[in-house]
Amino acid sequence: MSAPTKNPESAATAPPQPPPLPGTLRLGLSRGWVEIRSFTREWESMVFTFSMPTLVLVFFSVIFDDMFDTGVSAVDYYLPGLIAMGLMSVSFQNLGTGIATEREYGGLRRLRGTPLAPASYFIGKTVMVLFLALGQLALLLGVAVLVFGANLPTDAASWSTVGWVFVLGTIGCALLGTAVSSLARTAQAASAVIIVPFLLLQFTSGIFVPVYLLPEWVFNGAALFPLLWMAQGLRAGFFPDGMAALEASGSWDLHLVALALGAWCVVGLVLTLATFRWKTRKDG
Amino acid sequence: MDDTAIEVADLRKSYGETHAVAGIDLSISRGEIFSFLGPNGAGKSTTVEILEGFRHRDSGTARVLGQDPGTAGRDWRARIGVVWQKETMAPKIPVRALVRHFASYYPSPADPDEVVDRVGLSEKAGALPEVLSGGQRRRLDVALGIVGRPELLFLDEPTTGFDPGARRDFWGLVRNLADGGTTIVLTTHYLEEAEALADRVCVVARGRVRALDTPADLGGRSAARAVVSWREDGRRHEVATEEPARVVCEAAARFDGEVPELTVHRPTLEEIYLGLIADGAEHDRTEVPA
Repeated sequence: MSAPTKNPESAATAPPQPPPLPGTLRLGLSRGWVEIRSFTREWESMVFTFSMPTLVLVFFSVIFDDMFDTGVSAVDYYLPGLIAMGLMSVSFQNLGTGIATEREYGGLRRLRGTPLAPASYFIGKTVMVLFLALGQLALLLGVAVLVFGANLPTDAASWSTVGWVFVLGTIGCALLGTAVSSLARTAQAASAVIIVPFLLLQFTSGIFVPVYLLPEWVFNGAALFPLLWMAQGLRAGFFPDGMAALEASGSWDLHLVALALGAWCVVGLVLTLATFRWKTRKDG
Repeated sequence: MDDTAIEVADLRKSYGETHAVAGIDLSISRGEIFSFLGPNGAGKSTTVEILEGFRHRDSGTARVLGQDPGTAGRDWRARIGVVWQKETMAPKIPVRALVRHFASYYPSPADPDEVVDRVGLSEKAGALPEVLSGGQRRRLDVALGIVGRPELLFLDEPTTGFDPGARRDFWGLVRNLADGGTTIVLTTHYLEEAEALADRVCVVARGRVRALDTPADLGGRSAARAVVSWREDGRRHEVATEEPARVVCEAAARFDGEVPELTVHRPTLEEIYLGLIADGAEHDRTEVPA
């Protein structure tokens, strides 16, 4: 295409081109920083989001030593599952309730009145979730190692398994949480819609109770959701290979873990794009 | 250059059986302070939220700064500023940082420190939004609404909950913005606010425009007949007239001096307004619960 030739007179009198809008990525990162600062101001949510998995780890390590015959100490046994639970809490629960609250109390409405790109908003949320996920991971590993002398993986292959499960699981759960935030009518309803299923999943996904003790139908139900696969993938990273015998199929099935978490990333993205609203339902 | 900021024709929006906006036509010029005045539930906020690009209209046309607010993009949003009616939560970072952050959304923002100063929050610049008083929080909303240097600013019931002094300060700020060339669309249910600020007032009730004029001429106020009343022969006389002075003179001549209990009354803006919003309420009561 040829550039349109401009009439020199009208070019001279035309108003100067307005400066371009700020970049989407730069604004997204700046939103991420604001989200993190804002989150850390709210110590209740800090405690709520961060403390649960660590508290459970402390309790179980102290109380449940030798309760199940797994061949490893309680802290080693529970660590990968509680990391999975922690990751789901900072992504799924945190975004699900957080975005519903922002929607209800006009935080999203306010942004809608500005030229901020929706993509920048989501980049900001991603930055915050990754920050919280790394913080959660560091806290759990720190307490497990320093207080209870947990054994961490020593080879690069195991850490790389932990790495990709961490990334895929966190993204999938974050997208799912964003989608669920749109389902609830109010912020309070969102808390119920999110916390109750999350709690059920914790009991049925091998976090508190080893999967080999679960009835088959419970396992199959939980296998539809990402938490079970995150926990299994992390166990593959943290546990010695021999312990694969305690899994439902007797092996780590890492290809299924990747498939399930990858599928949840795609489903979560589709659901988020289809359901995301700036308005509450009563805003019409 | 187009002198029209907003052009609306036959705008309609219903929620179920409720016709919140039932056919509104109007045109707002650039540089004008235009006020929507009406009772709660009259449809003024719905109208304004359609113009802000927040709600979708059912039918009718709307042009805001030359674009359709239902489909306009980021470049258009960079040219408008919105101060929402409802509670709008803000990130929990200090006032100055927050205004700076919002400034970064815009292509050519105002100096954030100057904006904080302008809305009178300099002393609170380091405070978190949640520790501000209601009025201060509202001024923060205004700061975030004007930091992008909008050509068109929507203020939706900006002074609800202000004490009279704070309201007067706020009016000064609005006039100041208008003097700088910003077009202002103000929604209010305070008569004196519309009278003090607006170049033109649009009275909306039950989803329709009931009157649209300067505050002085609203509802035929300047041309309205005055009522002269006095006591004569043991009973009260009332005459509605366009020549109150002549009626008073005649009465004075009859009484040869003071006229007992003489009053001359012109309708106040409030009386005109109450008449406008009550007019026809019986006919279309089913439309919008006020």
